[in-house]
Amino acid sequence: MWLFFHKLGSPKYFYDLSGKFLPWFGGLTLILMLLGSYWGLVVAPADYQQGDSYRIIYIHVPAAWMSLFVYIVMASAGAIGLIWKMKMADVVASCSAPLGAAFTFLALVTGSLWGKPMWGTYWVWDARLTSELILLFLYLGFMGLEAAIDDKRTAANACAVLALVGVVNIPIIHYSVEWWNTLHQGSTVARVDKPAMDVNMLIPLLIMWFAFMFYYGTTLFMRARNEVLYRERDTAWVKEMVTE
Amino acid sequence: MSEASLYQAFSTVLKRDLTLAYRTRTEMVNPMLFFIIVISLFPLAVSPDPKVLQSLAPGVIWVAALLATLLSLDSMFRSDFDDGALEQMLLSVHPVSVLVLGKVLAHWLVTGIPLLLLAPLLAVLLHMPSDSIPALMTTLALGGPILSLVGAIGVALTVGLRRGGVLLSLLILPLYIPVLIFAANAVSNAAAGLAIAGQLYFLGALLALALTLAPIATAAALRISLR
Repeated sequence: MWLFFHKLGSPKYFYDLSGKFLPWFGGLTLILMLLGSYWGLVVAPADYQQGDSYRIIYIHVPAAWMSLFVYIVMASAGAIGLIWKMKMADVVASCSAPLGAAFTFLALVTGSLWGKPMWGTYWVWDARLTSELILLFLYLGFMGLEAAIDDKRTAANACAVLALVGVVNIPIIHYSVEWWNTLHQGSTVARVDKPAMDVNMLIPLLIMWFAFMFYYGTTLFMRARNEVLYRERDTAWVKEMVTE
Repeated sequence: MSEASLYQAFSTVLKRDLTLAYRTRTEMVNPMLFFIIVISLFPLAVSPDPKVLQSLAPGVIWVAALLATLLSLDSMFRSDFDDGALEQMLLSVHPVSVLVLGKVLAHWLVTGIPLLLLAPLLAVLLHMPSDSIPALMTTLALGGPILSLVGAIGVALTVGLRRGGVLLSLLILPLYIPVLIFAANAVSNAAAGLAIAGQLYFLGALLALALTLAPIATAAALRISLR
């Protein structure tokens, strides 16, 4: 186990291993996404209140879940990089940030597109929407800090500190926003009470979630491999591979 | 030469920063002026109607205090970074987090306290009911140190960068949101005659959390920035 962990820290080992995994991850993403979309968009029954427009949850909910998951991955990778000085952890953290920001943005956009027909407005200062928006700001801050520091190693460490501060803050922000909203006023927008989900709706949602997970894995590997090649461009194994 | 105790180290940093602040008095006044000017813009931009101003006041004062603190943060480590004093501080035998705490306390004393003292005046300008002014000052007293403590992390991360100012606000403002929510809410509640103990407890809890964790994070960030 520890041997594997140490080996994974070596950029060359990671590059070779991720190269083997990549087609499988990519293939699984494609299959799951097609299956989940078909099941969700065609097979699953329409909602008795929302009709067909609820089907956007098959994008929206997995994206929202991923936005938090990626932040946790990013912060954990940052901590690993800070504590054990693992090069690959830095790469994973820095490659995760734009992906996480993209998931967050996707969740916000699909949410507001759904909100227009359902709530009659694109945006409400609802607790969840607000905390998702703040999460996007946190991602953008992370990326901004990373871009501002020239030295990659320093940038990675600084960003790791920021991500860890963010992890402490996310629950606080989340609960304060929720509390702020409930204190201000009850939701004036007609909220559709969620009925217990039909199994036929739930399964495609879970499939889509797995698809998003594998999509994240695939893109993370692709980005990380690029980044590894760039960062290790002066080492023998990269030069050998390029000249081949 | 005997080694200074931890408390001596802390108070030396505090005294030094206060002396430095006193010698650059005009610079220290700028955040206060900013605070006043921003607040006086709101009646001009929104409406001079007392009722409107009254409902806006808690939020406006708090947002302005937040921005004024943000502007003043840059000076916390900047000059020490430029002249190398910060590196000496990191080389000292004492834990950096304690020295950082001294600097943060000095920052709060020279910016947080004046903002706190100016707030009642501005509250009157914005027609806030006089019952809510003690609440405003209490929230500023509890929330101000949090702003300095959390801000120190951001400054420490960006101190080595040439144009860290805008980036700093991007990093720090999202982290200020909980303080803003609880503080502004407490003041509005006080104006409406409602209980504010809950919000104040939350602010106190946040202050305790920031006081324990932020200096450590700041010290780590300084070590990274100065590598």
